[in-house]
Amino acid sequence: MAVELDVFVGNTIIMSEEVYQLWLDGYTVNDAVKVRMEGGVLDEFDAKADVVLSDTMDQYRTFQMCERLLHSPTKLANQLLFQIPPHRQATLIERYYAFDDVFVREVLGKKLSKGTKKDLDDISAKTGVMLKSCRRQFDNFKRVFKVVEELKGPLVENIRQHFLLSDKLARDYAAIVFFANNRFETGKRKLQYLTFQDLAFCAGQLINNWTVGAVDNMVEDMDVDLDKEFLQELKELKVLITDKDLLDQHKSLVCTALRGKTKAFNEMEANFKNLSRGLVNIATKLTNTKDVRDFFIDLVEKFIEPCRSDHWTAADMKLYLTHYTNSAHILDTFKHQVVWDRYMGVIKSCIFKMYHD
Amino acid sequence: MPGKLKAKIVAGRHLPVMDRASDLTDAFVEVKFGNTTFKTDVYPKSLNPQWNSEWFKFEVDDEDLQDEPLQITVLDHDTYSANDAIGKVYIDIDPLLYSEAASVISGWFPIYDTIHGIRGEINVLVKVELFNDLNRFRQSSCGVKFFCTTSIPKGYRAAIVHGFVEELVVNEDPEYQWIDRIRTPRASNEARQRLIFLMSGELQRKIGLKVLEMGGNAVVGYLQCFDLEGESGLVVRAIGTACTLEKLSSGSGTHTHPNTAPASNACNSPSKDGKEPVFGEDLPSSSGPSTPFRALPTSSSSPPPFSPSKPCSRQSSSSDTDLSLTPKTGMGSGSMGKDAGPLKTLLRQQTQTALEQREFPFFTLTSFPSGFLLHVGGVVSARSVKLLDRIHNPALGNTRSYKLLDWNSVTADEPETRDAWWEEIRQEIKSHAKALGCHAVVGYSESTSICEEVCILSASGTAAILNPRYMREGCLDLGGSDQRWFEDPSPSSCGFCHIPYDELNMPFPAQLTYCFHCRRQKVPDVLFTTIDLPSDAAIAGKGCFIQARLCRLKKKGQGEANATAISNQLPFMEYELHTQLMNKLKLRSMNALFGLSIQISVGENMLLGLASATGVYLTALPAPGGIQIAGKTPGDLNTEQHILNIQKRINDTIAKNKEFYEVNPPKLFALDPEVFCGTNVDLTEEVVGSPIPEPRLRSRLFRSHSESSDELSELDLSHGKKDAFVLEVDDTDAVEDIQSLLTDASPPKGFYSCNTETMPGIYNWTSALQMFTSVRVLRLSNANLSNQALNKVFTDLCENLLKSFYFKLRSMIPCCLSHLVFSVAVPEEDLIQVAVTAVAMTFDKDQTQDKPAEKPITKGCSEAEDQLQFSLELCTDSSSINSQSSSKNSAAKLNQNQLIVVRSAGVPESSHLSTRAASVDYGSFADRCSTWLELLRLKAHTIRRGSVKTSRRTQSLAHSVSSLEHSSPLTDGRSRSLRSSRSFGGSSVSVVKMTPLSFLPGTRIVKYVGIINMFFIRETTSLREEGGVSGFLHSFVAEVFAMVRAHVAALGGNAVVSYSMKDCVLMENPNKNQCQCLINVSGDAVIYIRETDQEVTGSTANIRLSCTSSADGAT
Repeated sequence: MAVELDVFVGNTIIMSEEVYQLWLDGYTVNDAVKVRMEGGVLDEFDAKADVVLSDTMDQYRTFQMCERLLHSPTKLANQLLFQIPPHRQATLIERYYAFDDVFVREVLGKKLSKGTKKDLDDISAKTGVMLKSCRRQFDNFKRVFKVVEELKGPLVENIRQHFLLSDKLARDYAAIVFFANNRFETGKRKLQYLTFQDLAFCAGQLINNWTVGAVDNMVEDMDVDLDKEFLQELKELKVLITDKDLLDQHKSLVCTALRGKTKAFNEMEANFKNLSRGLVNIATKLTNTKDVRDFFIDLVEKFIEPCRSDHWTAADMKLYLTHYTNSAHILDTFKHQVVWDRYMGVIKSCIFKMYHD
Repeated sequence: MPGKLKAKIVAGRHLPVMDRASDLTDAFVEVKFGNTTFKTDVYPKSLNPQWNSEWFKFEVDDEDLQDEPLQITVLDHDTYSANDAIGKVYIDIDPLLYSEAASVISGWFPIYDTIHGIRGEINVLVKVELFNDLNRFRQSSCGVKFFCTTSIPKGYRAAIVHGFVEELVVNEDPEYQWIDRIRTPRASNEARQRLIFLMSGELQRKIGLKVLEMGGNAVVGYLQCFDLEGESGLVVRAIGTACTLEKLSSGSGTHTHPNTAPASNACNSPSKDGKEPVFGEDLPSSSGPSTPFRALPTSSSSPPPFSPSKPCSRQSSSSDTDLSLTPKTGMGSGSMGKDAGPLKTLLRQQTQTALEQREFPFFTLTSFPSGFLLHVGGVVSARSVKLLDRIHNPALGNTRSYKLLDWNSVTADEPETRDAWWEEIRQEIKSHAKALGCHAVVGYSESTSICEEVCILSASGTAAILNPRYMREGCLDLGGSDQRWFEDPSPSSCGFCHIPYDELNMPFPAQLTYCFHCRRQKVPDVLFTTIDLPSDAAIAGKGCFIQARLCRLKKKGQGEANATAISNQLPFMEYELHTQLMNKLKLRSMNALFGLSIQISVGENMLLGLASATGVYLTALPAPGGIQIAGKTPGDLNTEQHILNIQKRINDTIAKNKEFYEVNPPKLFALDPEVFCGTNVDLTEEVVGSPIPEPRLRSRLFRSHSESSDELSELDLSHGKKDAFVLEVDDTDAVEDIQSLLTDASPPKGFYSCNTETMPGIYNWTSALQMFTSVRVLRLSNANLSNQALNKVFTDLCENLLKSFYFKLRSMIPCCLSHLVFSVAVPEEDLIQVAVTAVAMTFDKDQTQDKPAEKPITKGCSEAEDQLQFSLELCTDSSSINSQSSSKNSAAKLNQNQLIVVRSAGVPESSHLSTRAASVDYGSFADRCSTWLELLRLKAHTIRRGSVKTSRRTQSLAHSVSSLEHSSPLTDGRSRSLRSSRSFGGSSVSVVKMTPLSFLPGTRIVKYVGIINMFFIRETTSLREEGGVSGFLHSFVAEVFAMVRAHVAALGGNAVVSYSMKDCVLMENPNKNQCQCLINVSGDAVIYIRETDQEVTGSTANIRLSCTSSADGAT
């Protein structure tokens, strides 16, 4: 007795979030049934495998039919095929565009091209995320990237409007787009300890402060490109390390402020010139695209690693960077206060975020 | 030139890419009505074209308006080759033809292609201007309203119920025309779809004419069916109940206009002279054969001659009868109480005269105003097996050349044959009813099952005695004294159970007792009916879905032999189904079945029987006895033990069921001498403490067969002398019965199910609602199955379907599956197809007990008033209950988030928080708010569009919503820059609820905007790519829902009630990677408002309205 055909269609879409998640995670129908049966929630219903199978099939079919619409979420609201209550629409979209941090960490900063797509099975093996799910996530990144690429206005807002995502998710996508666009290097061993959330936070900082949109309060140019003018201005900061007087003055100001406030004072004093050179050099080199890509590596190599080897605590770091930034204002020959603040504001928060094990 | 049809093509969206090179489409639209076609300009290179066309005007006869659909074809312009069709939309103009319904059709329609499914949407505006035409010889019947609902529609009252109307139209099926061999599947499907549209339009018009002749203005319980007879043609037939409906004033029912004349229509006024028989002349109409009018009830005193069988048509009429094995005895003229006697006799005479004038005193209604239904006899049914054969159609002859002829000209004779067949069956039903002492048949329906050339015609209904007041002309003018005259002495809570005929003159043995309610009249011990439980019936506990399933093998055969074999099987099948039903009823300790429908489907090598009903415990009837198991060989110890075991299991099940369904009948009648005589030995009975009839009587089954069924009277229906409820385990049949009894799982906790409109015993519905359609096809892998194994397979199939529903809908608990309609078919050898449509409705558990206390009060006043206003009473009755329950619970039902949203959306100031609020939390309110606002805005649009002539309330509602819309320009402005680049922002789709019931819990239907009757064909030649048969059908069913919703929304409605899927014919050929499916759906489009909003003004009302949509998503 073979069931030749079995469908169940409701006037209002019928879905369980559990099954939707299984589908998104790339489970086959049979595996999904297994997971559901093992889940045990069904025990009270005395559901036999065939009942669960039939239910799972129906939902998988529904999701497959919805998938086309989910590719342009705004269509989901005015399509006629499925009657989906608004809150369900939101869930469908939000979950569809949700991604695994482990997976995104792997593709962050990579070109969203066919080449990368071919590597997905490796990534799948490495991260334990099913290939099907990897593909969906990758395609989502690509789709968002493509749509937003040509749009004006604030990036996060664009993503939110076009894909009807929550604020949080839109920000994450903005970060992914930003990374993909600037091709930041994130795959190096030294950067492996950073999570996606660390990097997304940093991307947010960069978007908000270093892009054209940051100064010119949205409109016209894109949020994905760094403000060229600003990068050019950063070269002026070089004076902080080339002018010996200024460097010494800066050091003494910082040391005075720090003295007695931290156990790592000696190391700070000893390393001041090195660290300062590191940070300022990063700033001055950002006009080169290549160096922009290495931004995070440079931060780690030039600053975070030396500090870590000296066993600075997070509080030490905060203290040091605060005084380091503020002291520059007191330097009377230093004229680039605005650029300095714009630069150090981002650097400071990025380093805070990135300074962990 | 009595009508001007105007159409405007506004825009399209989400069109498919037709030009691979540019990934775009150059779309234009052809608008066709009758033989006139208009075209829009080509809108180049866009998937979202904005045609914004002029108004295309068609000047047409109103006859054509009724018959023809407006046909809109979207095409892709191609400079060098032929233009490619994208898809079509058929729009039924009918709803625009009566003044009270929709005034404009406007909205987004899915563009449908029979090969590709839905391909984008098109926005269309349609209007009709009708000129008055008082020509008495006209062929049109504009203005007659059609309702699928099988009760008097809400908001109307029935001034007169005229009675049965029927009609059928026959045509050649385009699928079988010679041209089909050379045209594309698409062209063939489209020809078929269009033909069926035309035919159902014509059918409706013809029925409308009959109604006008009877002096009515509406058809209620309209049931239209298709018979796909293959080579021999396509039959579209319909039955219904003609009524004169009067609209109750749109208020909540406190104020009515008793003087409202039968609603006058735009193009006609059914005045008295409409009654004059108008004989149709064969006008040179292009639309199909016109049937000469048959003798009309009003004009003929004798039934039309029963046409003898055509020489060639093989009449293996199995006429298996009267299924109503219910006992019925009459309140015969002398056997009643003193007061009742003469009155009754008079009443009977009056009624009879009123009814006997009618050819067929049949009513397709299943629920009635209180006072209408006096007594119920039992189920009457008739079946007949026919051979479909076109030879007896003289116009065609035996050559195949006819295929070259236009079908209009050749089939003129066909309807007569089919008419004769049905007439035969109806006559039989009528005589069965008479045998039960009844003069009318209610809950009447007809169906067919076709396999190759064999066709089983079935009809069934419930024999009943009706109150004549509703059927006479001018009953409104009758004084109060007259009404008193006819007042039935028996209380309405039990009156309908009283036997309608002579106790001393029963045609079959029946077990009668005095009514346990009023103790004045006799009642049977079991009652089977095809109608809904009368709203005022006294019951104990809850109702329960009961199903009997049967599968019988049959030898493959040809022609007459095959037909004979089938007709010989039928009585046995009916008998077995009945035994199963009876046993299952007893097992649930209930004593009555409502909504009984027995379907027998024929396949090449098997017959399927499926009987569904809702069991209930009527307190007026005696408590059912248990089931006793007996062995044939008492000596054997093993068997003895086995029997004891089974007996124990059965007793346990009965006890369990009693608890589950809360069957605790009151003990009022404990002293009844008639009943309280037996020595009580039954354990389970003692538990509940209800008296049981003496053992001998207890287990008696009434098997009735009416005197008119000659063939059957020879058949001993009662297992010889044995009591039916003593099941002998040696008997293989009995083993099977027991098995099937005990394998039926009761629904899981929190679930109830029924196949009637309302679930007996549940009154406090909450608003969550999920209508669904499920189809399952089983392939029998082993060709050599025994009957028993086959039975098991079929039973499991049905049981598993139910289990599956419970599982899928578990999030709605506590919940009831209402109006479960199963339809079975044998699409090809070794395949069994079951299609189910039902609605899951949530109810509030805690209030279950409130109803009995509250009900008598409402009833009390309704009885005091004029019963003619029953529909009003029904309205207020249910509304008061609903409003109470929903006001108490709506808050609890909505989850917190939704409540917050409602509040913030209700206050315009807070609305602009929506789009840009910097909300940090994940699924924030803000998002939801903006979606809600969009929904509201769209709602406002829809309502404004639809409410050109609607009631004051709807308008004010629209007003305040639009003001809400104005209050948020900021929201719009903010995102304008973004919007522009988006494909189609802003609008979302309004929610359309669908239900097979005639009502929506917690709401009030304010307007019926038109009947929905749609037929779709879908075909694929890439079955695997579409996900196999399941994938194919899944998307097709979803598409059908979408198209129904779109049409309803375009009519300005927000729900479909009395929805049903009449046909679902699936033909697959997996080897060729092909599949074809036909679906026919119908229902009534309505506008409803939330019950709780009656007094509340606009904005909140509308917000709630949209709020319910969220409750919809309960799963």
